[in-house]
Amino acid sequence: MSDTDRETIILLENVDKFFGDFQALKNVSLSVKKGERVVVCGPSGSGKSTLIRCINRLEEHNSGKIVVNGHELTGDVADIDAVRSEVGMVFQSFNLFPHLTVVKNLMLAPRLVRKSSKAEAHDMAMRYLERVKIPEQADKYPSQLSGGQQQRVAIARALCMNPLIMLFDEPTSALDPEMISEVLEVMTDLARDGMTMIVVTHEMGFARSVADNMVFMDNGEIVEANPPLEFFDNPKNERTKLFLSQILTH
Amino acid sequence: MSFDIALIADSIPKMLAGFAMTFQLWLLSAVLGLALAVILLIMRISGRWYLAAPTMAYIYIFRGTPILVQIFIIYYGLPQLEFVRESILWPVLREPFGCAIIALTLNTGAYVSEILRGGVLGVDRGLKEAGAALGLSVSQRFIHITTPIAIRLCLPAYSNDVISLMKSTALASTITLLDMMGIARTIVAETYAPYEIFISLMVIYLFLTWIIQRSFGWTEKRMSRHVRSEV
Repeated sequence: MSDTDRETIILLENVDKFFGDFQALKNVSLSVKKGERVVVCGPSGSGKSTLIRCINRLEEHNSGKIVVNGHELTGDVADIDAVRSEVGMVFQSFNLFPHLTVVKNLMLAPRLVRKSSKAEAHDMAMRYLERVKIPEQADKYPSQLSGGQQQRVAIARALCMNPLIMLFDEPTSALDPEMISEVLEVMTDLARDGMTMIVVTHEMGFARSVADNMVFMDNGEIVEANPPLEFFDNPKNERTKLFLSQILTH
Repeated sequence: MSFDIALIADSIPKMLAGFAMTFQLWLLSAVLGLALAVILLIMRISGRWYLAAPTMAYIYIFRGTPILVQIFIIYYGLPQLEFVRESILWPVLREPFGCAIIALTLNTGAYVSEILRGGVLGVDRGLKEAGAALGLSVSQRFIHITTPIAIRLCLPAYSNDVISLMKSTALASTITLLDMMGIARTIVAETYAPYEIFISLMVIYLFLTWIIQRSFGWTEKRMSRHVRSEV
């Protein structure tokens, strides 16, 4: 499918976000097409997380416009709920519900939000646990799993809502090195199946192989946005060059 | 000093006759106090100042004054007021038992609501965000994520309050109720043997405390299944 046939599923126009006096996002505009994989990188504190947290309204933007799958994010609760049920999110710290077993973590939202029956929710949960290759952990509690397994459960939990879009907020940053690849593998799989994804990460190998578009942020601004080939081999902006040299040399 | 064993053997059954009263005072005010605490908690964390401010004042007053004074005000003070005697609450307030329950409930409710608030505030923000990101509504998040985790966090402090409430029931004896303490005081007045009687009474209270402690210990263990692998 060529780029022009695809419809825009996420649109940000001139978005500003303040935390008190601190401006976390400065006039950010971004458009993501259906099925597109966008990797966002940049130094810490550059606004990457804030950017994706605005897309499902975990943060409220102060000005500008955000439209997700046709719903504009205003104060309207119905629109926020609509967007959240279509957008899955994976966090750096997994955020699995510690008091529920793995399978119940996966069943909670389908039961409560989609009103699925217990059997339906259970079937779907097991299907996604198989997809992330840990069905045998279904009845354990999150604390009994390794970090990599927990993050895969978190991905499966988000997928159980059948989202159109997946947001990943530094999904491998809290993991021991030997567990990073198992999570990236699941994400690559997902990308191959055509999921629309925005991924905040420093895993440049993953970015190179999966991303359709690279976005580099610094100081709350999108400094550069280009397809990976051009982004890595021919960065335009000085700040991008500096960042890439720092992150790719070690 | 002689220690009259026969007197102890004789008086323990008498004091145990007051156990039903002690137990009723404790259980009723624990249950009503917990219900009150939940209401206070929801008002306190509602984010609306006109609900939060009176709650804070209430908690300040009831935590900041001796429970004995609260019991006396309710038992001796309120009946002085004309409108109290005419209100529908008069049948309750006329009886010392009703007054004791009201005083203990109001007092423990104030403490417990702060304990619950500590638990609610202790729930990791990331978990609530995960719930929000999955599309759960505010009340679904509160019921299915915050509450179960907060209860586990509260239990140790709450068991403390339940034990402390059990001991506070002894104050009801000051407004003529014949709980275990009330009976003990009567026996002491008759026999003038404070050591034997009060020490026996202590043993009974210690036994009750032990039972409460064990039940909470068991509940905590059950509710910590999910973290046991880390312990």
